Amino acid sequence: MKNKFSTIDSCKHWAAEAGPGYPEAVSRWLDHVRDTDTDIKAFAFIDTEKVKERASLNVGAGRGERLRGVPIGIKNNICVRGALTTCCSEMLREFRPVYDAHVVERLEREGALIVEGLNMDEFAFGSSCETSSFGYTRNPWDISRIPGGSSGGAAAAVASGSIPASLGSDTGGSIRQPAAMCGVVGLKPTYGRVSRYGLIAFASSLDQIGPITRNVSDSALMLEIISGYDKRDSTSVDLEVGKFTENLDRDIKGLRMGVPEEYFTGGISPGVRSRVEEAISVMEGLGAEVTRVSLPHTRYAVSCYYVVGPAEASSNLARFDGAHYGYRSGKPGDTTDMYFNSRDEGFGDESKRRVLLGTYSLSSGYYGKYYLKAQKVRTRITEDFLAAFEKCDCLVTPTTPTTAFGIGEKTRDPLEMYMSDVFTSPANLAGIPAISLPCGTAENDMPVGLQLMAAPFREDTLIKAAHAFERNTEHHKRYPLSGKDPGGQDVEG
Amino acid sequence: MIERTSDKKITRDTVRYVADLARISLGEEETDIFREHLEQILKYVEQLEEVDTENVIPTTHVLSSMKNIFREDIPAPSISPEEALSNAPDKADGFFKVPRVIKER
Amino acid sequence: MRAGKVLFKMAKYDTVIGLETHLQLSTETKIFCGCGNVFGDPPNSRVCPVCLGHPGSLPVLNRKAFEYAIKVALALGCGVQRTVKFDRKNYYYPDLPKNYQISQYDMPIAYDGKIKITLPGGVHKVIGITRAHLEEDAGKLLHDIPGPSSYVDLNRTGTPLLEIVSEPDISSPEEAYLYLVELKRLIRYLGVSDCNMEEGSLRCDANISLKPAGAAVLGSKVEIKNLNSFKAVREALNFEVARQTEALDEGEAIPQETRLWHEEQRVTISMRTKEEAQDYRYFPDPDLVPFEVSSGVIESVRETLPELPASKQERFLGQYGLGEKDIELLISDIDLADFFEKTVKIFSDPQVVCNWVKGEVMMHLKEQGESIESLGLSPQTLAEIIQMASSGRISGLSAKSVLKEVIGTGRSAEDIVRERSLEQVSDKGELEGIVDSVIADNQKSVNDFRSGKEAAIGFLVGQVMKKTSGKANPKVAGEMLRKRII
Repeated sequence: MKNKFSTIDSCKHWAAEAGPGYPEAVSRWLDHVRDTDTDIKAFAFIDTEKVKERASLNVGAGRGERLRGVPIGIKNNICVRGALTTCCSEMLREFRPVYDAHVVERLEREGALIVEGLNMDEFAFGSSCETSSFGYTRNPWDISRIPGGSSGGAAAAVASGSIPASLGSDTGGSIRQPAAMCGVVGLKPTYGRVSRYGLIAFASSLDQIGPITRNVSDSALMLEIISGYDKRDSTSVDLEVGKFTENLDRDIKGLRMGVPEEYFTGGISPGVRSRVEEAISVMEGLGAEVTRVSLPHTRYAVSCYYVVGPAEASSNLARFDGAHYGYRSGKPGDTTDMYFNSRDEGFGDESKRRVLLGTYSLSSGYYGKYYLKAQKVRTRITEDFLAAFEKCDCLVTPTTPTTAFGIGEKTRDPLEMYMSDVFTSPANLAGIPAISLPCGTAENDMPVGLQLMAAPFREDTLIKAAHAFERNTEHHKRYPLSGKDPGGQDVEG
Repeated sequence: MIERTSDKKITRDTVRYVADLARISLGEEETDIFREHLEQILKYVEQLEEVDTENVIPTTHVLSSMKNIFREDIPAPSISPEEALSNAPDKADGFFKVPRVIKER
Repeated sequence: MRAGKVLFKMAKYDTVIGLETHLQLSTETKIFCGCGNVFGDPPNSRVCPVCLGHPGSLPVLNRKAFEYAIKVALALGCGVQRTVKFDRKNYYYPDLPKNYQISQYDMPIAYDGKIKITLPGGVHKVIGITRAHLEEDAGKLLHDIPGPSSYVDLNRTGTPLLEIVSEPDISSPEEAYLYLVELKRLIRYLGVSDCNMEEGSLRCDANISLKPAGAAVLGSKVEIKNLNSFKAVREALNFEVARQTEALDEGEAIPQETRLWHEEQRVTISMRTKEEAQDYRYFPDPDLVPFEVSSGVIESVRETLPELPASKQERFLGQYGLGEKDIELLISDIDLADFFEKTVKIFSDPQVVCNWVKGEVMMHLKEQGESIESLGLSPQTLAEIIQMASSGRISGLSAKSVLKEVIGTGRSAEDIVRERSLEQVSDKGELEGIVDSVIADNQKSVNDFRSGKEAAIGFLVGQVMKKTSGKANPKVAGEMLRKRII
């Protein structure tokens, strides 16, 4: 395997060497992605012509330079005009949006090369990337294992060195969980920080787009570029976006770090616990003031999430019916038959399961018991966090209870799979920002993610703390398969 | 309306009712599998009842600062009919074409 | 019921009616996107990712639609919800591309209002307004093309709708009709909707139930849909009253159901019964944020309220000194009232202008069945024509004919008068010879007049008119005849 690249910077260097011929550079990138992705299949597909076409249109003057020539991978639920945006579902196999997502506009304004087609769980329903209609993505650290999900492709592509950075979406952990399992950095911004315009909705009140990168500084850069008010999204917040990159290289002396006891119990594996505890010691060594805190409603997060998420999803996915776009069944019948047959044939099992679950919890007689109750419990969960942030600047926890599990290991038992979201879904329910960064390896020599969470709109704190940890540890320099830092140079894989 | 059962179990009829609302056709075997999954998940989710939520305002929008977002009544360009129909499974004379609608709304 | 002699025939059953009216608000753009809110464009040409319900698109509320709703709320004397939210109403239909409608469920923008109607005989009755809420319209489905397919046009999708729900205070089909007339008048005063039932900018569903006279318990509610005009509402309700009366007389139970008005057969037919009632799974739309309506907002909208019919009536009474019936007619429509006032500003005799408006103008309006605007008659032109007639420049008859031609052709009144040589001869010198010859030729009538028969003068004027082919000014001719005969 040649020409792996790691960070955005190393990649820009590479792009400069590729010369001014933009189309040529694009071809080289595409060759590279194909080479590095053969075993991993982080990309569900690559529409070569579309990538070239967009790149050729994106060389105009007056644009930003911060991502000039840098290929950025896009999860396949983010709309790219004219390009296949499938949510990795049969339902949208042929779907080409007529507009660009807000984040795509932002990236291209900085000169980025948009490479869409990153694999994901169908409609982002999953924690393992196994529900994609395009087949599995494999974990670059061990191809018998899952990369995590739902943004499994987005994390695996960065981990394997196919691409320096990608955008995923996070509804209950879908950025952080695969980032943790693939040993890269994943950031879920505050709800409202990044416009959702153009993100094919799973659960509108939980979804956020965020970056997956090799290191914290790239995460800060990407966040800086995609954040900010968009008048097309009513839930986008009109708040000045700070320079997140200015929070790099800061020390964390006196930073108050809370360790919530509820995140160290139950199904957490011994290895994960040890790595996270070591990480906390590192932080303490760097001058952070570590305190124990309690978030008593954490144990209800998965329940709450699996009521609210599917309920919203059942409504958001109602539009996929074969009438105006997307898959239509070839079976004969009237409109109603078309609905039933198209949705039966177009949706995979997990999508059906979530839609049925969500429909049930909104249905007559059950709304109060499930949906409304869950939204009330959600308030309690949020209150826990806000109380904790009175006492500390950020919270430190494991991202996932275990390292990446084997392909097929949890597909039989949906509930067991849902438990993978136990540490990540609370941040979505409370709308707070959270980041996952590598903190070593544990069981089966697979990566462990360290999660930091902060108060709403305090991504600056996350970046400051995460970067301090990263600067003082070597975990982010470990690479799958090669185990070496390619440093932007050619390496043998 | 779903029938209420005393033992909190999800029946096959419940699954069929919900599938009907969601416009998903399920075979016999699928109905059984989903019934089992739904029952398992809902049983787990019932732990929510332990939480005291008296006088708790449900979260609809997680950030209370989110309110009063309007757009002004100023026209923006529409897309062309060709673009509007570009993803249509079937179309004719500028219209989306669907199998005949029998049921009235 | 007390036994004894029935003093007057009482209806056996009480009729209980409630109306749900949908108004398309006449904003420039749709409720949640910037597509133009216009009627009659080629199919699927007024659409964008938002109103097409494309995945990833998001709604943002049109401020104007929101203000219009508050305006209606205030005019109906409703309370205005202090925190407004939107909910999703989930159901599948091909004219609803998201398969959910953004609407308002349990917190409508307006609640508890009223409308006052005037029953025949001048008695007033107050009909309560339960609520009014904002929602998005669906697209249009074409069924009438033969074949195995239906066709969908999504231009109308996302048009702002205000649904106004009345209390079941309406006791007869006639009252329902009057309620709609009054509602339409009010909305047109506010200028927030065209209220054109043919173009669908006003739509109405009716709920009706019958119960034994005086009974407290309501009968089963029957909902009637597909009502395409105010007259259809009245007719369909009359049909239902008769149908349900007959059924109850036969001892049959009325099932709770939804029925469709069949325009050609003039009957209602069953569409679905209660058992098939839908489970809409309403929940708050997470894509839209809550809206807080402060007192400041309410007051600023209140300031934009125009003069409403009741105040206008009072003002007209004081300002123009017209009779009550005349005023009632003039204020029945805001455009008519405005037209009258603008005309009076130019020709300042209110009664004369009123006579023209309620006579000729109304006649043409009824013939064309449209708005005053569509007549193509400006207040300036009407005032000009009235002026010509009053000054005697043209005859009253000519004036009516000029008005008709102005409306028909849009030409100027002046041109028409000139071209058709309609000006009357008022010049005494020109008329002298003719008057003399009429006196000479009609001595019997002249003598009759001299002996006190006043009517004889009319005959003589008629003779002058005849000799001048109708161009003589009859008033001038009459004066000359009198002078000469005496």
